[in-house]
Amino acid sequence: MTGRPRGRARPYHILLLVPLLALWVPFYDRAEPSLAGIPFFYWFQMAWIAVTVLAILIVYCLERRSGGGL
Amino acid sequence: MKSPLDVVAIAVFVALFAFVTILGFVAAHWRRGDLNQLHEWGLGGRRFGTIISWFLLGGDLYTAYTFVALPALLFGAGAMGFFAVPYTVIIWPALFVVFPRLWSVSHRHGYVTAADFVRGRFGSRTLSLTVAITGIVATMPYIALQLVGIEVVIAGLGLHLSFSVAGFTIELPLLIAFVILAAYTYTSGLRAPAMIAVVKDILIYGTVLAVIILIPAKLGGYGHIFASVDPAKLLLPLSPPGNLGAQSAYVTLALGSALALFLYPHSVTGILSSSSREVIKRNAIAMPVYAFALGLISLMGFMAIAAGVKSVPAYADGFKAFGPNFAVPALLLHTFPSWLVGVAFAAIAIGALVPAAIMSIASANLFTRNIYKEYFNPGCTDAQESRMAKIVSLIVKAGGLIFIFGFPQNYAIVLQLLGGIWISQTLPAVMLGLYTRWLHPRALLLGWLSGIAAGTWMAWTLSFKSATYVLHIFGTAVPCYAAVSALALNLAVSVVLSLMFNAASRGTWADETLAEDYV
Repeated sequence: MTGRPRGRARPYHILLLVPLLALWVPFYDRAEPSLAGIPFFYWFQMAWIAVTVLAILIVYCLERRSGGGL
Repeated sequence: MKSPLDVVAIAVFVALFAFVTILGFVAAHWRRGDLNQLHEWGLGGRRFGTIISWFLLGGDLYTAYTFVALPALLFGAGAMGFFAVPYTVIIWPALFVVFPRLWSVSHRHGYVTAADFVRGRFGSRTLSLTVAITGIVATMPYIALQLVGIEVVIAGLGLHLSFSVAGFTIELPLLIAFVILAAYTYTSGLRAPAMIAVVKDILIYGTVLAVIILIPAKLGGYGHIFASVDPAKLLLPLSPPGNLGAQSAYVTLALGSALALFLYPHSVTGILSSSSREVIKRNAIAMPVYAFALGLISLMGFMAIAAGVKSVPAYADGFKAFGPNFAVPALLLHTFPSWLVGVAFAAIAIGALVPAAIMSIASANLFTRNIYKEYFNPGCTDAQESRMAKIVSLIVKAGGLIFIFGFPQNYAIVLQLLGGIWISQTLPAVMLGLYTRWLHPRALLLGWLSGIAAGTWMAWTLSFKSATYVLHIFGTAVPCYAAVSALALNLAVSVVLSLMFNAASRGTWADETLAEDYV
C-alpha cells in the first residue's frame, strides 16, 4: 500500500457534493411537474438516489484509475 | 375480510421464523473462528467481503424504522415522513470519504469500537468513556424501536397471548422472539445476524416487489393513491411569517439523522467487520439501492390511507393499541393473500431481529472493551472479555424493553430520533478526530457535556414525544431537529475551548496514531 498518493482530494471529488443538493428543500417542495400522478416532491427525491449512485460510482472509478483517492 | 386468527399467515410466519433461528445457531460454524475472542465474536473476525457487508450494513441500517416507523409517519403526518429519503441519500458520500479512514486506523491498531479509537487518538480515558456510554445509551431506544416493530406484526397476526407479572403485561410471542434473539446472538455473535441478513433481504425485496405491483393495481394506480391523500399533507405545510416552518424541520431531520447514523455503535461494527477499506467504498455505491426500497416502503403509509384501513372495524383494536404504527400491518392484512401476509410479516419481524442483534453486539463490545476492561478488569483474558460481551449483549436488549415501557410513543420513530440526539454528540471526537487532533480532549469533553445536556433538555421540554425543537433566532422561529442544534452548541464549545486549552498547553496528550494510519 505504501507509495500510493492516498488521502489527497482531487478536483473530481467535488462530485461527492452533488448528493447534498437533496438538502435544498425549497427546490423540490412542490407538486408540479408531476409524473404519472406522482407529485414532484416524491419522484424528484427518489430520482436523486440514482444521481447519488452515479456520482459516487464515477468518483470511485476515477480514484481507481488514478490509483489514489481519499 | 379475514378472521382475526389467520392460520395460514401464522404458519408461514412461524416456519420462516424457525428457519432463521436454526440459521442463527448454525452461523457459529460459518468461516469458523475462535468465538472466545472479542474480534471473532463481535466483528466476525473482520473477514466480511463486499457482498456480505452489503447485506450486513443493510440489515443494520434498514430496520423496523423503515418498515413500520417511517410509513407510520407518512400515514399520520404526511410529506414530513419522507425526510428519510434525503437522509439516506446524503450519508453515502460521507461513508465513502470519512469511514475508510476509521477502518484503516482501526485495522492498524486493533480497535474494535469508536471509543477504542478515541482512547488511542486523544489518550483520554474519560473521553473514551463518554463515547462508550453515549453509544450504549443511544442504542437502547433504537433496539426498543425494533421490538415495537416485532410487537406490531405479532399483534397483526392476532396472536394475543399475554400474562401479567407484577403489574406488567408481558406478550408471550414477543418474549419468545426476544429469547431466541438473545440465544443465537450469545452463541454465534456477529456471524448470526450477517447470515440472517441475507434471508431477511430476500424476504424484504420480495415483499417490496409484491407491494409495488399488487397494491397500486388494487387501489387504481399511483395517481389514485396520491390523489386520496389530503392535499395539505402531500407537501410540507406552508410556514407562517417569521417562521422557517416545516422545511427547516425537514432538512434538519435529514441532516441530523445522517450525521448520527455512522456514529451508532452498530454501524461502526458493520464498518469494522469489513475485510478491507475497498469493501466500504464499494458499499457506499451499492447501499443506495436500499434507499430506493426505503422510499417505496415509506409510501406504504399513503397506500394505507388510500386503502382506507383506518375505518375498517377489524383493525380498530390494532390502531387503538399502536396508533399509526399499525398502518403497514393493516394495509398488508387488507390487500395481501394470507400466505403473503405471513411472508411480509416475517420479513418485518426478521428485519427487526437482525439490527437488534447487531446493536446489542455493538453495545456489548463497547461495554466490555471500554468500561469493563478499562476500569474493572484490565488484566482480563481474551476468553473473559468475550464472555463478558456475550452477557452484556443480553442486558442491553433488556434495556430496550425498558424503553418501550418507559417512553410510550405514538410514533415509534421518535425512539430513533432520541437516540440520534445523543449519539451525534460524539461526532466531534470520532469523525473530526479522524482528520485532526487539533481539538483538545478536555474541550471535546465539555463540548460533549453541553451537547448532551442541551439535547436532552430540548427533548425533555417536548416530553420525549417529538425531537423537533423550535429555536428563536433574531425573532425568526426555526424548527430544528434537536440533534443538529445540540451538535452546533457542542462544536462551538469544543472549538472555542480548544483555542484556549491549546494556547495554554500545546499537544500534551499522547496520540498513538500516525497520519499514515488513516489512509
